[in-house]
Amino acid sequence: MDLPTFLIQLLNAVQYGLLLFLVASGLTLIFGIMGVINLAHGAFYMVGAYLAFALTGLTGNLLFAILLGIPLAFAFGALLEWLLYAHLYKRDHLEQVLLTYGLILIFEEGRSLLFGDDVHGVDVPALFAASIPLTDTLSYPVYRLVISAACIALAAGLFLLIRRTKLGMVIRAGSHDRDMVQALGIDIDRTYRIVFALGVALAAFGGMLAAPVSSVYPGMGNQVLIISFVVVVIGGIGSVTGALVASLVIGLADTFGKVLVPEYAGLAVYLVMAAVLLWRPEGIFRRG
Amino acid sequence: MAEVLLAADGLTRRFGGLAANRDVSLSLVRGEVHALLGPNGAGKSTCINLLSGDLPVTSGRILLRGADVTPLPNHRRSLLGLGRSYQRTNIFARFTAFENCRLAAQSRDPQAWRILGRAHGNASVRDRAASALEQAGLGVRSNVVGAALSHGEQRQLEIAMVLATGADVLLLDEPLAGMGAEESARMIELLKSLRPAHAILLVEHDMDAVFEVADRVTVMVEGRVLESGLPHQIRASAAVREAYLGEPEASA
Amino acid sequence: MRLRASRVALLVAAVAVIAFPFTDSAFYTELLAKAMILAIFALSLDLLVGYTGLVSFGHAAYFGIGAYATVLLAPKYDPASLWLVLPGAVVAAGLAALVIGLFVLRTRGIYFIMVTLAFAQMVFYVFHDTGLGGGSDGIYLNFKPSAAIGSLQPFDLGEARQQCWFVAALLFLTWWFLARLLESPFGRAIVGIRSNEQRMRALGFATVRYKLAAFAIAGALAGLAGSLYAILFGFVTPELLSWHQSGNVLLMVILGGIGSLAGSVGGAFAFVAMQEVFSGWTKHWQLLMGGVIVAAVLFLPGGLAALPGRVRRAFGAGGG
Repeated sequence: MDLPTFLIQLLNAVQYGLLLFLVASGLTLIFGIMGVINLAHGAFYMVGAYLAFALTGLTGNLLFAILLGIPLAFAFGALLEWLLYAHLYKRDHLEQVLLTYGLILIFEEGRSLLFGDDVHGVDVPALFAASIPLTDTLSYPVYRLVISAACIALAAGLFLLIRRTKLGMVIRAGSHDRDMVQALGIDIDRTYRIVFALGVALAAFGGMLAAPVSSVYPGMGNQVLIISFVVVVIGGIGSVTGALVASLVIGLADTFGKVLVPEYAGLAVYLVMAAVLLWRPEGIFRRG
Repeated sequence: MAEVLLAADGLTRRFGGLAANRDVSLSLVRGEVHALLGPNGAGKSTCINLLSGDLPVTSGRILLRGADVTPLPNHRRSLLGLGRSYQRTNIFARFTAFENCRLAAQSRDPQAWRILGRAHGNASVRDRAASALEQAGLGVRSNVVGAALSHGEQRQLEIAMVLATGADVLLLDEPLAGMGAEESARMIELLKSLRPAHAILLVEHDMDAVFEVADRVTVMVEGRVLESGLPHQIRASAAVREAYLGEPEASA
Repeated sequence: MRLRASRVALLVAAVAVIAFPFTDSAFYTELLAKAMILAIFALSLDLLVGYTGLVSFGHAAYFGIGAYATVLLAPKYDPASLWLVLPGAVVAAGLAALVIGLFVLRTRGIYFIMVTLAFAQMVFYVFHDTGLGGGSDGIYLNFKPSAAIGSLQPFDLGEARQQCWFVAALLFLTWWFLARLLESPFGRAIVGIRSNEQRMRALGFATVRYKLAAFAIAGALAGLAGSLYAILFGFVTPELLSWHQSGNVLLMVILGGIGSLAGSVGGAFAFVAMQEVFSGWTKHWQLLMGGVIVAAVLFLPGGLAALPGRVRRAFGAGGG
């Protein structure tokens, strides 16, 4: 592999890893704080991508679509929490798995009803449609860099939120002990709703960003979900730092796996996970 | 010559920067009840968890019948004759008292791995369970489901389960906790009846009970052993009085 | 009283299964066989979820391995011997579960759910991405395996009724095996582990080894179901190992009520029935299935097996 190819793959790996982080961080937060295992989290990524597709069609530009889509996704998350997830906090993992599995079926079929089963493309916004030439034959699309930049900005915002705010204090405590959290003078129902909606919005935003690159297709959420599980297992449940590091590791493993051993590329991330399980079964950044 | 069954030498356990146990040494002798005292947070439960293998030690050595068992996990130590009860009642609530003990006895059954034989068909396991229940005074309650037993009976059942494994080193974490006077008296009688054949470590808050039954007392404070000796020596110790017994009437 | 009622129910079910293929409806005979195969699959998972306390979300992997092993062990241009491919599939799935179990059992609780799913997905990719089993297109089992032992031909799987009865016999055997296992010392130990693993360790049980054995046995039984599935339909695709399959079997077990052998079988039948009815109504039947699942979790905790008790309580204890 020559240097420019390596560089391109490295950038792709980081971009993919950062997108994963948007999904995995919500997943790990929702578990860490509310103790809910949310299989439907990948579906929110899919919802984001289809929102991007629909709203881009409506407004003519992905950027407008994203501006409209994020509040929509946040509201959708808050609604779902109120309707369904709030009933799950006291249930065991088995019931959480089952209910959120049922939700996946509903989202997938709802998607099929509304948009059909075809693959759809979404245009890169004209503003970022350029490419940066690297050599005579190789170039790198600006939009992919924009994805990475947006993800980094979001990750930074998330870390600020966790380190500097009262909400972040709850997140850092990582406790699903409602009494303890309430003792801190925090409205627990509202906190849960906000965290959940935030997780949904993060995943949906990931889907919107990815739409022009990966296109919009059936089953896209499930694939992301399972890889996000791998990320959470490697990073340690409840740890946002762990999710970030693990996302990048998986981004690298997957991208370079595809380049180096194309036939077994699908396996690369799982082998990384198996290795981590042998080394540290509770994840690299597991706390308390 | 006293028969030392369990000896701990310099046990230390750190959680992060905090040392929950620091250089704790003690030994358990067959025929003796060794009481472990100390205020809340002194590290008594940690000490039991280290001895039983529920927690790994940071440093130090544990000898069971002279053999080093420090690296062994809890189930291996159990098979070597070490049994424990928990501070919070820890039984199989949906099983009958008998089944609780039968399962405990089954752990020593060479055929425990059989997949098709009937669990209740093994007479020697059944007998051991029944005699353990009898010994713990629960013979008449053997068909009652764990959850339906009174609190005191549940504590008795915990000890019956340990007896059903045939353990001769008993680590008992506050067996009297939450008991009424009558239940406590029964438990103390049980402990006395077990004393001749067993080496017993008794973690307990109830001072009267401790001084009634203990042959040796170790006092822990802030993870360390403050003092260890015969009951009358501990009662007389100024250091213990200051650090722990505190109010004058407690030593009466 | 209750015992006798359940015996009667079992007898009625057995007679129905034996008699049903005489109705001469090829479609429903095959459907019945499919439901019974899924019942074996659900039973195998219930051993983990309901009795050992291990919520596996990747059980389809072993079903799929059993199915693929059946096809891959069969010669291309001749019928395979049933007595080779069926045990072969069981052993292959059991071994796979043993190896994967060594990894996944290092975790517990919610990690276990995620890790079993991830490993199942890894197995999925093995069959999906490599040429081992025809890749994403799947692979055909060209001939029904032959049950011949020497010159003796005890039954013919090519005949739909006999095939259905053979599946019924294996369902019965699986049930019997699990019922015996649960009464055995091993069975009591795993139920103890589900109830209180810490206590079991303190009593001297090497709990991880017990869990590993249960995981391997459950995998092997899932492999049996997968093998029968491949024989019934003559075709396997990576879809059999997909996580939808894992979700569906978990649904059957929970729908029926975990920790109940009859519940698992009932859950499998209910699942197949719902699938049939819903897909008759609309091609978006998964929407209805999802709705049923969500409603079941919200309004029917304990599954179908808890329903009689709930009904009885709702109508007052005075009647009983």
